[in-house]
Formats: sequence, structure tokens, C-alpha cells
Amino acid sequence: MKPNWQHKDLLGIQDLTADEIVCLLDAAQAFKQVGERAVKKVPSLRGKTIVNLFIEPSTRTRTSFELAAKRLSADVINITATASSLVKGETLKDTALNLQALHADMIVIRHSAAGAPHFLARFLKASVINAGDGAHEHPTQALLDAFTIREKKGRIAGLNVTILGDILYSRVARSNIWLLTKLGAHVTLAGPSTLVPRVFEQFGCRVTHDMEEAIRDADVINLLRIQHERQRKTMFPSIGEYAAMYGLNRDRFSRTKPDALIMHPGPINRGVEIDSDVADCGRSVILEQVTNGLAVRMAVLFLCSGGKHELTAD
Amino acid sequence: MDAAAIGRAITRMAHEIAERNPDEIGLAVIGIHTHGVPLAQRLAGTLAGILKRDVPTGELDIAMHRDDIALRLAPVVGPSHIPFDVTGRIIVLVDDVLFTGRSIRAALDEITDFGRPKQIQLAVLVDRGHRELPIRPDFVGKNVPTALTERVAVRLTEVDGKDEVVMER
Repeated sequence: MKPNWQHKDLLGIQDLTADEIVCLLDAAQAFKQVGERAVKKVPSLRGKTIVNLFIEPSTRTRTSFELAAKRLSADVINITATASSLVKGETLKDTALNLQALHADMIVIRHSAAGAPHFLARFLKASVINAGDGAHEHPTQALLDAFTIREKKGRIAGLNVTILGDILYSRVARSNIWLLTKLGAHVTLAGPSTLVPRVFEQFGCRVTHDMEEAIRDADVINLLRIQHERQRKTMFPSIGEYAAMYGLNRDRFSRTKPDALIMHPGPINRGVEIDSDVADCGRSVILEQVTNGLAVRMAVLFLCSGGKHELTAD
Repeated sequence: MDAAAIGRAITRMAHEIAERNPDEIGLAVIGIHTHGVPLAQRLAGTLAGILKRDVPTGELDIAMHRDDIALRLAPVVGPSHIPFDVTGRIIVLVDDVLFTGRSIRAALDEITDFGRPKQIQLAVLVDRGHRELPIRPDFVGKNVPTALTERVAVRLTEVDGKDEVVMER
């Protein structure tokens, strides 16, 4: 078997082929099993240094990347915006070059500006992993969502996946749209027209503002949080009205397909985009997404640290 | 080696394993991905016939434990599957070709991540020499002296559609 992965960076889903995505998902399958062993750690990245450069706040993604790196035996350093020299006026480029000068092998970056990881990848020899750039991409989230769907449904091609909520400001939505359409799923985007503009039809998705239409045929419903921090106040009248119009409550849930999966990238706002009952029900895979995220990030770190040249087979 | 010779080698190794571990209730066989896995299953099948009891089998993918990730593209990794607790058992580790010993080193590390076996023994279909580590097999199907530049190709019905061992340059 030839390895299908030949990149040093993971910057986004948009540039990947379907084969490369499947290669990542298959590797994640192997890494998931490591979590079930007595010793939940493998020596693959022993001696490598990975820097989590989180210029925008994050708990779950940073923790997940940190744990993934540790399970691969790498050394990890966490840098947050407030604790870095960026507050002293250092540029992102200089920060990154300094980290590379300390022999960092990989930089996992989250930044509020779209394209920040791509910018770093242009001049760094170290691998760059995008952990979310503005409203652009969040590739590992899309990969873990796809991994969870494939694990639960056995396939991705042909499924109806509805992404519901704040599409306009969501990097999760964009990465998911690219990934799911590349693997042959039918994607529907739904929510208030201010947050789900028709222009998204260009991505090859269906856009609807009618909740009933959005959930009726869905095999998977992926709920997105309202991004208060990235949003102007005029997008909808109030949180209460959003919950009433577009929240997945018990009543709407009862009209979904009996085997429809309920997903959410977290953090969930109970009572807003999802009711508590629905979040905790048997068809909700929200916590499994978190577990799978660890396996997916291990796979990404592992595959991106491969050397450039293939030597002998054994 | 043709199919008949491979079959005889497996039968003989199974008898040697049974002879070495006559009263061992906890005997289990673990094959190294890819070709060690069907070999392990065949060995376990023959062993079960000799010992008149089931011999559990597992499979090990050592890609995450290799020492050469920086030297080449990241390998294809698959899951390991060991459906029993290895702690306290005698494990017979099975691979197709023993060469540098580096795969075995990785496999030993990985097995001990699953638990603490009482003993690990090594069975290989072909020992071609050129060890780079202090590792020796306990059970050998056939010793084949080789040049470093040669390649020993093991093909098994379960993976390749036929049974044979051939030298390639």
C-alpha cells in the first residue's frame, strides 16, 4: 500500500482530494484504538516539539491537540495571545520564526485572521496545522465530524447532511461543506436568511430558511453555535427568537428521521440552538465527536510529520 | 517455497510451539500486519488441533511504533486488534520474514503497551539474516541466506491469492 499523504501542512479541506481525506480518516481509525489500550501512548513522534500557538481563545481544540501530541510522545508548548510577545508588538511572522529557531517541528495555529496558517506555511520549514483561522477553515473539526458520521452510518456518500445555524460566520461550516461534498454527501444549509445567505449555493449545497424542509430528510443534523463573538448584533432580533424559530427542540426533533444523528462541534448553548433533552438523547453523538477529535488530531500530527523522501520498503 | 512447503513449515512450527509450551493454558498467537496475520491464524488453527483447545489470535499494526518516520513518508497505519488480555500469557509473535529485527523491536514495544505478558516467543516463516538488533527467533520455518540487495517476497492466499516464497532482486 502506498501512503496517500504527502503534505507537511494541513491548512484546510478545500485543497485536499477525496483520497487524501479518506487516508486521514483511515489513519484516525487506527489511532482511535490506541485510546483503548492499557498504555494510551505510542512513541511515533518521540523527540518532536509541537507548539500550540493559539492567538484566539480555545479550550477544547487546544486541549485536544495537546493531548493528541502527548499521546504521540511529542513535547508540547502552549502559547496564548495574552501570554506571548504579540502583546509587546511582535509580528506573527517573528513569533513563528522564533519558535522555529527553538527547533519546533510543528506549529498548530489558531488565529482570528483567515489565511494566517497559510501565511506561516509559506516561509516556515516546520509543519503548520490550521486549528481554525477566522471564519475560513477548521479542518480538524470537519475531519472529526466526517469520522463520526462514517463510524455511525458506515458511509458518507449519498447521505443528507443538514448544517443548521450560523453558517455565515462559521469556519466549521465551510470546512464541513468542502469535505462532505468532496465525499459525495448532499449538504443542506439552514437558518435565518441573514446568517445563511443564498450565495452559499455556489458551494454546491442546498440553502433553505424553512426548518421543516431542513430536518425532514436529514440523516445527519449538525448544529452550530451562534458566534456571538464574531457577529454584529443585527443578524436576528434576539436569542429567544432564534431559539423559537431555529432551535432543535423536542417538537422538531420528533419530526426528524428516526435514525438521524445529532451533532454539534461544541460548546453547546442549551436552550438556544439545542434543547437539553435532545443534546442528551441516544442519537446525540456530541461527546463521541470529542473522543474522535483526539484520534483525528493524532492522525493529522502523525501524517504531517512524515519525512519527504521514501527510502526502502523495510 | 511452494504452498506444500509453506504448509509443512507451519505444521512443524506448530508442533515445536506445542512441545515448548505443553501445559500453557494462556498460550496466544499474535501476527504482525500484513503477512504475519494470516500466518498467525494458520499457526493457531494447527496448534488448536494439537492441543485440543482454542488458541486466541490477535493482530498487530506496528506503523505507529516504527523508528523511521522522519526518514520517509508517513506510513499507512491500521488498527491493532488484540481481543484478549495479554497480561500473564505466553505470546507467540508471528511475522513472515525476519530481517533487520526492527519490526520485531517495534512489535515488542507495542505488545507491552497492551499489558505484561509472561513471555514472548518469536515465530517467523523465513529468517533471511542481516540483523541490526540483538533479536533471534524461537521458531523458524526456513533459514534463507541472502544478500542485502535481495528481497524475499512472501505471498499468502489470504492476501495475495496464492502461497509462495520467492527471492527477488
